[in-house]
Order: sequence, then C-alpha cells, then structure tokens
Amino acid sequence: MRKIGQNAVWIGATLVALILVAATLFGWSYRSDDSRLPKRAEIGGPFSLVDHHGKPATDRDYLGKPTLVFFGFTHCPNVCPTTLFELSNQLEELGPDADRLNVLFITVDPERDTPQQLALYLSSFDPRITGLTGAPENILAAENAYHVYAKKVPLEDGGYTMDHTATVAVMNSKGQYVDAMHYQAPAAITRAKLHRLLGLGNS
Amino acid sequence: MYTNTSRSLVMGAVILLNMGAVGVAQQFKGNSIVIEQPWVRATPGGAKVAGGYMTITNTGSEPDRLIGGVLPQAGRFGVHEMKMNGNVMQMREVEGLEIKPGQKIELSPSGYHVMFTELREPLKQGDTLKGQLRFEKAGAVDIEYQVEGVGAQGPRQRSVENPHQHSADAPHQHSH
Repeated sequence: MRKIGQNAVWIGATLVALILVAATLFGWSYRSDDSRLPKRAEIGGPFSLVDHHGKPATDRDYLGKPTLVFFGFTHCPNVCPTTLFELSNQLEELGPDADRLNVLFITVDPERDTPQQLALYLSSFDPRITGLTGAPENILAAENAYHVYAKKVPLEDGGYTMDHTATVAVMNSKGQYVDAMHYQAPAAITRAKLHRLLGLGNS
Repeated sequence: MYTNTSRSLVMGAVILLNMGAVGVAQQFKGNSIVIEQPWVRATPGGAKVAGGYMTITNTGSEPDRLIGGVLPQAGRFGVHEMKMNGNVMQMREVEGLEIKPGQKIELSPSGYHVMFTELREPLKQGDTLKGQLRFEKAGAVDIEYQVEGVGAQGPRQRSVENPHQHSADAPHQHSH
C-alpha cells in the first residue's frame, strides 16, 4: 500500500510539472501571438457630427492643423468649464499662433447639447473653440474612435449627469494621435506641449 | 450674452454696501456647525448646473449630517461626490454627508460638494448668493456664497473698498 501511495505521489508530481511546462509554453506562445497584433489601437478616426453653428463637420474638416479634442458636456459643473477655461487661457497666451490649432469640444450628452446650447456655452470661452454634437450613434462612434468612456448616471430628482473621460487628445495635422493632456496638469506642461505641437521652440 | 445686467449692477451695489471695509474670511454658524468661505464658480452661458464649495466644522460633541439645502437660483440641491477614476471623471449623488465631532470637512470641486441643478439664471463672478444648508441636528444654517471666476480653483478674499486690508487667513488665490 505504501509503495502504491508513493507512486501516486510521483505520478501526481509529474503531472503537475507537465501541466506547468505546458502552461508556460502556451503562455509564451500566446504572448508571442499577441505581439504580432498591432501595438495599440489608434486613437482618433472618422466622425460625422454638427458644429455649434449647425454646420455638418467631419474629422476631415480639421486635417491640416493640429487638433485638440476634448469630450464633455454643458451640464458639467467642474471638469468641463475648468478645462475649457484653461484651454482658453492657453489660446489667449498663444495669440495669433493659436489660429494654427483646432480645438474641439465634443459633447457626450447629445440629448441636451444642441448646437444652440453649445454655442451659448462656448460664448463664455475662447471663440476658437468649436463645439460638436450630433445623433447619439454618431457621438458614440466618435467616443469609440477616441477611446472615450462616457456613461449616463441617473440623479435622484429624475435628471442625470455623465461620467466621462477628462483627457484632451492631441492630434497632429494628419489626424494622428500624438499626445494627451491630463485633467489638472500644470499649465506649464500644457503650454510646453502646445509650443512643441506648433513648432514654437522652447520659449 | 446675459440679459440681466441691471440686476447684477444692483446686486453689485448691495455687495459693496454689505462688505463695507471689512474683509474677513466669511463664517456662518448654526449651533455646533461652522461654515467657512462658501463659494461657487460663475457659470458659462446656458449652464444649468454649478457646484458649491466650503469648509464645514462640527464643533460639538455629537456627529451631525448635512442632508440638504436651498439656493434660490437653483431648482434642485444635492450632495455629490466627484472622483477621478484614472482619466474618467465620476460624479455620484450621496445620501448626505456625516461630520464627526471635531471634524472639519472640505467641500471642494475634487471631492464632496453640494450641487445646484436646474439653474434659473447664470451665476456671475463678483455676486454674493444667499443660500441655506440643512443639517440633521443643527437644522437650517443661512450662508452666503461668493461667486468666483469660471475657472477658479478656490475662494478669494475680496477687497472691494479697502485694497490694503490684510488677508492673512485667506487661502491662496488661484491665478492663471
């Protein structure tokens, strides 16, 4: 009995070892398969929306200049107004150089953010910021293209607010993603990024 | 964009009269609850929401709870919590906010705060807004919010009539 018990232990140990080797090999081959996939999904892509003047606007309209893309909504008490305010300050500081830049504010709340509502809201910020809205499915497509998370959160009073990604995507003049500006990043860092984007040197 | 300029002029005059030459940190009391420097941001055009920020201290020996409040300019009032989850901004309504004995809680844009929704009019920088907070034990406490700039990160000491007033206890003024 004792001998059989020992054999069982050995067989068990061998099986465990084989499984570990197989798992390692599988894991390795799985990883090597993985590495053949594209390194990362591209941020950015086609969209078909309406600007705050009510005119149709697609991603192609903004090629030829670097573009900052920020998703938010006008029923947003904190992140959106402060980000738009800080971007407005940067644009003002850049002066005429900011004309070589597109700045897009794409709503994640097309239900409430009509072109008129966006126009009213953006009247409080730098006039070079363009608001975009559109049909919910087109907004969703734009969110997906820019890897933006947005979710409606009901409030007790029957209204709702939105959770959403607060990062500004920085696209080059060919519409390729080159950088991100994070919420509450120091103004000096944003300024340096904008200067680099516009080829303004280290000033 | 705004249509009620005359109203804001009147409000401005009222503020001037009320402020006098005194510029101390604004403090409001109700029983054991002390509220300091309530402030809101001016709202962009067409905005229907705004957050209210302040510090609340419970000087008593019993826990109390902020359960609601009123701002006449807003249709609704709530207590919310803002959180950053990675790069995602999350906003949640909470069932009141407990303040333990001796505790000082900061209501700020990046944490707990009160939320005004269904705004009936824009909130304008420089105005003072009368409001009320309701606590479970302390009851109703009347307060006044200072309206700061659209991008303000904190309250600011006013020096309307006397620019030489000292403001040693004022928080840092945020500047861009």
